[in-house]
Amino acid sequence: MTEETDAKLPPLLFVPGLGHGAWAFAEHWMPAAAARGFAAYALTPRPGGDLRAQAHDVVQVAASLPRQTVLVGHGAGALVVAYAMGRYPARAAVLAAPVMDGWPALGAALRVNPLGTLPALFGGRLRLHRKQLFGPDMPGERADEIIARLDARPRRELVTHGPAPRPAGNPPVLVVGSPDDRVVPRTSLDRTAARYGGAPLLFPGMGHELLLEAAWAEPIAAILDWLGKELET
Amino acid sequence: MPDTPDIADRRDAVCVIGAGASGLAAIKNLREHGFEVDCYERETSVGGAWNWRHDRSPVFAGTHLVTSRPLTEFPDFPMPDAWPDFPGHRQVLSYLERYSRHFDLERDVWFGTEVVSVVPVGDGRWDVTTQSTGGGSSRVQRYAGVVVANGHNWAPLKPKIPGDFSGQLIHSATLKDPAQLRKRKVLVIGGGNTGCDIAVEAAQQASTVWHSTRRGYWYAPKYVLGRPADQVNDRMLQLGLPLRLRQWLYRRALALTTGDLTRYGLQEPDHRPYESHPVVNSQLPLHLGHGRITPVPDVTSFDGAEAVLADGRRIEPDLVITATGYRPRFEFLAPELLGTGEDGRPDLHLHAFARQHPTLAVVGLVQADFGLFPIAHWQSVAVARWLRLRRTDPERATAVQQKESTRPVASWSRRRVVPGPRHWFEVDHADYLRAVEGLLHEMEPAR
Repeated sequence: MTEETDAKLPPLLFVPGLGHGAWAFAEHWMPAAAARGFAAYALTPRPGGDLRAQAHDVVQVAASLPRQTVLVGHGAGALVVAYAMGRYPARAAVLAAPVMDGWPALGAALRVNPLGTLPALFGGRLRLHRKQLFGPDMPGERADEIIARLDARPRRELVTHGPAPRPAGNPPVLVVGSPDDRVVPRTSLDRTAARYGGAPLLFPGMGHELLLEAAWAEPIAAILDWLGKELET
Repeated sequence: MPDTPDIADRRDAVCVIGAGASGLAAIKNLREHGFEVDCYERETSVGGAWNWRHDRSPVFAGTHLVTSRPLTEFPDFPMPDAWPDFPGHRQVLSYLERYSRHFDLERDVWFGTEVVSVVPVGDGRWDVTTQSTGGGSSRVQRYAGVVVANGHNWAPLKPKIPGDFSGQLIHSATLKDPAQLRKRKVLVIGGGNTGCDIAVEAAQQASTVWHSTRRGYWYAPKYVLGRPADQVNDRMLQLGLPLRLRQWLYRRALALTTGDLTRYGLQEPDHRPYESHPVVNSQLPLHLGHGRITPVPDVTSFDGAEAVLADGRRIEPDLVITATGYRPRFEFLAPELLGTGEDGRPDLHLHAFARQHPTLAVVGLVQADFGLFPIAHWQSVAVARWLRLRRTDPERATAVQQKESTRPVASWSRRRVVPGPRHWFEVDHADYLRAVEGLLHEMEPAR
């Protein structure tokens, strides 16, 4: 999705998380990035693919783009990005509300939404709850609309996977999240950010769906500002 | 005006010579380690040997990879999934062009510029004299390090065959178009991959094809068990199967696929499998079986229109193609800098690091049973990391150097191979990459 793209800026490749497709970024974040001159791309991870296959797909698409690419992953998509970074020297990477540690995320899900989560433990569908994903500012109708589009079938691997590999080429990495995210606990955010040598950039009051929330514009503006600064140096 | 040239000091920048696969990998990895890079390329575009437009390119119309895609691509920049197992040379070139564009490498490449000399000036620094390829004035710049990536498949090694030949005699490097072979009586000399590829090409074009080989080789098919053969071999190495067992399996696999080639008149191999650079060609046995290729022994002399063979036979080809390989050449470097012996063979640690000059390295000077790009990648990562460590932590760099100098050559270079220039830089990729990995770990930045 490109408007007036700036040849000096690297392309952005958005990687959606569990249950989401490329559409989730096409709603707000891609147009926002394009408006700032970035060529923006998104992919839908292959359905049913394991972590390795999904990371492979990300690397394939990134390598097919004309310039060294910035990878932006959300939720479990951030985990896929973290794995892809081991294989591909990204220009930079953004991990938004990253589901990197499966156990705390599973714990949080069981606490907040036990009835929707339990079937998923036995191979069923993960039924997500409005309160789990969105903050209080999100209109209920709109939230239900989005939830109806999600088709989350988590794999066991999401919890049992090993630590993500060390990134190739040492790219700058930004971790974005919310202290009020009810999928990714704050401690998890801090741990992920520390692993990549920084602190998370926090947006209090927002839920897990940073990219579809009512206040979606704030995080993407901050991400693009950060990118702008990183690319200058 | 003083007659001393004005030397531009590029301080911590590193000079890379050549913008082929190895040079491009060197630029990228040096840059990732924080170095400024100037790369000099005598041609006007990237791709080196793989760019058929270049004078020195050895590729001809039918050139394909002999190693399969996953074992040939740069480890951090995959070829597209939709490509075939063994891409052709045009695809390989487009891959290198994409690699260069993707990482914006051409920004640092000075095209049409040849390196004339590289001279150490003490303290690990180098004066590099360059000149535009068309001539013109020269320019000297001072660098903190030099990475030589000028390739080793461009200076033809021509056999000395006594006597005069009245027909056409060319080296495989000058063969570009299958039309050069059409309806002619062709003698191909050389049993390596190139010799076999040309013999196969000639079998489809020429009226008569003789294929002269000095010794017997193991001709492996491109596919075994439905997989590219190199992947099967790599799998066996990963499983840690001992060499003897792999040799036995290799013989079994060949017996079941290619079969006994001596009945077509080829010689029995005088060495075990894995003791010579692997020849991979599925079509050679086919054309032998079709009678399109006649194997002949060594050519001992020429006599007018005739070539005299070791068994006394005489044949009368119109065209003789010597596919006898290439020699590495480094005209811009004094031989002692690379420890080059009388025979022209440089002596480098891991075939990459100059033993007496810690800021001089050669990337891509290996022959392996594996694609060269991954090896050039890891070599250049090691070089970049080494140059950085030397700058950031000289004490540790010295310690690494001391430890590295005790690494036995046998741990990274193949011990038993048929002697000869063809196998000077032969390595077993698993052992070799393990050695490079060990070096990389030693130089790992403290966390």
